[in-house]
Amino acid sequence: MKLVNPANKRKYHVIVVGTGLAGASAAASLAELGYNVKAFCFQDSARRAHSIGAQGGINAAKNYQNDGDSIWRLFYDTIKGGDFRSREGNVYRLAQVANNIIDQCVAQGVPFAREYGGMLDNRSFGGAQVSRTFYARGQTGQQLLLGAYSALIRQIGRGQVKMFPRTEMQDLVLINGHAKGIVVRDLVTGKIESHAADAVVLATGGYGRVFNLSTMGLGCNVTAVYRAYKRGALFANPCFTQIHPTCIPYSGEFQSKLTLMSESLRNDGRIWVPKKKGDQRPPNRIPEDERDYYLERKYPSFGNLAPRDISSRSAKEVCDEGRGVGPTGYGVYLDFADAIKRLGKHIIEQRYGNLFEMYHLITDEDPYEVPMRIYPASHYTMGGLWVDYNLMSNIPGLHVIGEANFSDHGANRLGASALMQGLADGYFILPYTISDYFARAGAQNISTDRAEFRAAENEVEDRIKKIMAVNGRQTAESFHKRLGTIMWEYSGMARNETGLKKALELIPALREEFWKDVKVLGEAEDMNQTLERAGRVADFLEFAEIFAYDALNREESCGAHFREEYQTEDGEARRDDKRFAYVAAWEYKGVGIKPELHKEPLDFENVELATRSYK
Amino acid sequence: MNLTLHVWRQKNAQDKGRMETYQAHDITPDMSFLEMLDVVNEELVAKGIEPIHFDHDCREGICGACSLVINGIPHGGKRGCTTCELRMRNFKDGDEIYVEPFRARAFPVVKDLMVNRSAFDRILQAGGFVSVNTGAVPDGNAVPIPKTDADRAMDAAACIGCGACVAACKNASAMLFVAAKVTHLAWLPQGKVERERRVKKMVAQMDKEGFGNCTNYYECEAVCPKNIRVEVIARMNREYLRALPKKIE
Amino acid sequence: MSTIGLEKPRSLPAEISYASVGKKVLMAVTGLVAFAYVLGHMLGNLQIFAGRERLNDYAEFLHSLGWLLWVIRVFLFAFFVIHVWKGIQLKLENWASRPQRYVKNNTVQASLSSRTMIWTGLAVLSFVVYHILHFTVRITNPQYQKMVDDLGRPDVYSMVITGYQNNLIAVVYIIAVGLVCYHLTHGIASMFQTVGLNNPRFQPVLDKIAWTLAVLIFLGFISIPLGVMFGILQLPGGGL
Repeated sequence: MKLVNPANKRKYHVIVVGTGLAGASAAASLAELGYNVKAFCFQDSARRAHSIGAQGGINAAKNYQNDGDSIWRLFYDTIKGGDFRSREGNVYRLAQVANNIIDQCVAQGVPFAREYGGMLDNRSFGGAQVSRTFYARGQTGQQLLLGAYSALIRQIGRGQVKMFPRTEMQDLVLINGHAKGIVVRDLVTGKIESHAADAVVLATGGYGRVFNLSTMGLGCNVTAVYRAYKRGALFANPCFTQIHPTCIPYSGEFQSKLTLMSESLRNDGRIWVPKKKGDQRPPNRIPEDERDYYLERKYPSFGNLAPRDISSRSAKEVCDEGRGVGPTGYGVYLDFADAIKRLGKHIIEQRYGNLFEMYHLITDEDPYEVPMRIYPASHYTMGGLWVDYNLMSNIPGLHVIGEANFSDHGANRLGASALMQGLADGYFILPYTISDYFARAGAQNISTDRAEFRAAENEVEDRIKKIMAVNGRQTAESFHKRLGTIMWEYSGMARNETGLKKALELIPALREEFWKDVKVLGEAEDMNQTLERAGRVADFLEFAEIFAYDALNREESCGAHFREEYQTEDGEARRDDKRFAYVAAWEYKGVGIKPELHKEPLDFENVELATRSYK
Repeated sequence: MNLTLHVWRQKNAQDKGRMETYQAHDITPDMSFLEMLDVVNEELVAKGIEPIHFDHDCREGICGACSLVINGIPHGGKRGCTTCELRMRNFKDGDEIYVEPFRARAFPVVKDLMVNRSAFDRILQAGGFVSVNTGAVPDGNAVPIPKTDADRAMDAAACIGCGACVAACKNASAMLFVAAKVTHLAWLPQGKVERERRVKKMVAQMDKEGFGNCTNYYECEAVCPKNIRVEVIARMNREYLRALPKKIE
Repeated sequence: MSTIGLEKPRSLPAEISYASVGKKVLMAVTGLVAFAYVLGHMLGNLQIFAGRERLNDYAEFLHSLGWLLWVIRVFLFAFFVIHVWKGIQLKLENWASRPQRYVKNNTVQASLSSRTMIWTGLAVLSFVVYHILHFTVRITNPQYQKMVDDLGRPDVYSMVITGYQNNLIAVVYIIAVGLVCYHLTHGIASMFQTVGLNNPRFQPVLDKIAWTLAVLIFLGFISIPLGVMFGILQLPGGGL
């Protein structure tokens, strides 16, 4: 790997889009090294990126608990958790730097939970049999993000990073095939502007909002990565999306989002449904022997801590059988009565107090008294832009980090690993690997006056004009809801060929209707939230198709991708390593045209492909 | 239930702005306040009126984007609750609700109910960090931190930077926000190295941004969605007094 | 590119007089001195109940301090001026910090006394001016100049009682003391917070202490005009 001389670093300019864990940590670390950084986010402050929503914790193989943890074990758990659909090399590197992240965050003043002796505390999380999760109450994502943000603002204060809040990336600009800039829209003034640099880093998060209802922030979108995809970047494994098992159930048409309840709750909560179909008795009236603790029954060794995909699917199964609880019948109980009896209310309050309060606020039910009701919801997307070991996409100069890339989680992500990956990429991987590209490409001092920028700006402006000109009758939001319903129905927790083909008919039709009937009020040259939303929904309407193509192509069940045709007799996922041990990377061929599939075979040299069993 | 809303509408920073009255129909108790506004906005769009603009993102009370002064109280007056978490079951049929943006000279209105809170970012830029570069740091367990200190640091670090404290303060003072950060870092050994510099720089920047002075009304703590107590302000005052005679760079 | 946090730091005097927290510390310290003075003044005044001799002795003692009295007066005056000046300055800045008011105003827990500090403060200021003209400079009641006791000393005892025999003056005095004490209910607790001596456990106690002290001071002061009005305190020999 090539390096850039410290004195020469100031000649290089980098654009970082997104200021979540990956973006903020990368922007700060690159600036510390001496690169000139421009950072962009659509939120009003870098601190509000959606990494802030992560609750449970961050993994590292510190082995502070002396329970036999090691870098190898973290690596293996992550590969296995991902159902052997991720690259060994990337995952091993991730496990290697995980410990450094904890040290870095502590040095920044992240107030991780401590034991009385003053040492860092750990909790256990789904998919692992060691206790390796570091946490800061139920706000770990917030605290880690504020740590990365504090490093970022320090560099902004020093003038080494120029920050552009309320600015949304609209397009990627290529010069001679290299990513050398972006076109953005200033969300306050509506102005379209270009920014040039020697490299572009996308840290724009996941596309879970393709389902409309998800645990993600309402602003989260696919636009930045989708624009890069349209410029030639490959999109890898789009169908690998995680459905989180513990969210507050859906309650009505008006609903704008689903609220996550940290998975850590499964440490002490027991999940159950009534044994009888349609049992309408209040939970406290249902006697013990009429309850089905289905996770404990099916997966005795992991029990309530079974990985997310398995827990989610099991919840769907029991609800589909008609044993779901709550007004909609789509919910299962997460019961703390035993834990409260065993540990006392005080301890439970200490561990989960803020989560219980949040639940109480939203549902008006007190989880200390009645069991919580939970149901799975779209939460994280393992798929993303394809990157090489250096986190660079197939477009030279375009780097993709954090949730926006596909690299480390395979077909399913373990709890507390998203924070780990985002920060690993930003603090410890990209700052080294980007120098390799710089050293090869050289500092080019590109001007935004070039024709490539003009052309991209014109395209962006034309597209906005086109959206504004439709002047139909339906809001972008209503289209988003309909798209979400299609995706959840045919491409959600369980998929089959017929459904996916149906989705591939419905999506283009909906897209056509959108471009005929969407209604956007206000002006383009002004703050305009309906226009922002419409632009994002328009991209989701195109993106949804590659998602469905990918799900259709992958004729196996692995991790979060469950194809009903491919299951064992007792309903477990059946993986097909012979045919599908590859990364599916899709290349754009035009709107409405099936993208071209490229396969990156996955070679496992250090782990043995095993059937993932949590029984 | 049906409600009457009086909402501040302002086209942009230059516009003078005014209150407008809208009706909200068929609101259910499980809706959040923002979902209620979504419903109103859908109706407005159908009528060809530009929807009400407001900041929001996570809708679960952690990102700090949502704001709004509801009936004169930032985040609507339910303790420990942001606007996005506030449920309509806290209102009743026929209620009149006033919805205004956070008001402070340091928070100019961007549009309708959106304000510019970048002053907060600049205050933190002045010193709300530990000057440590990525890399050369000791092991996370190298410096033991008493559990109670870590817990109290966490209490203060819970701040989401929403700005409700400023909006509620009769003086539009940012003391609770600034003090939360100073206190968070003051409880930790990592933060102690730069404590004098931090408190002086942050107070200087806070003053420069045009926030008011703290006169101990304690309104801020009443509306803080993360229940941050005014003891953090006392702590910051102490830090400030401590730093006063010391020379910083 | 703009940089933040790298400017030259403020000097110590600038911190105290311009920094928001510095100004508040000044308010607290000058307020503490004013509070101590009020307390001392009340204790001094209460000697009136021990009789004419005792009070006039006390007055004579104060006057006998000579230059020291003037030092104390200048010192008190300076602190008082700073307290008033900073108080007004803070208020003007605070008003300027919210140029656009709320259409619908609401208050959750800020006490009325905390919200009316400027008004109780200004009212107290005008009373102090009057009070000094009344008893110290004796412009409002020139006849006081002629009042002497048997030893030829200024007869403070008779001055006070004559003063309060006028019901209007007595009522004004009672109201003014009430305002001072109301001002103190917020001021005393506030001082502790400003110098950093506060926490959630201490705060309710502090509020109670502040109220108790304020009420005691109020009772102490108004006992004199009430004493005069109800005839408990009388002029020597039943009149002049």
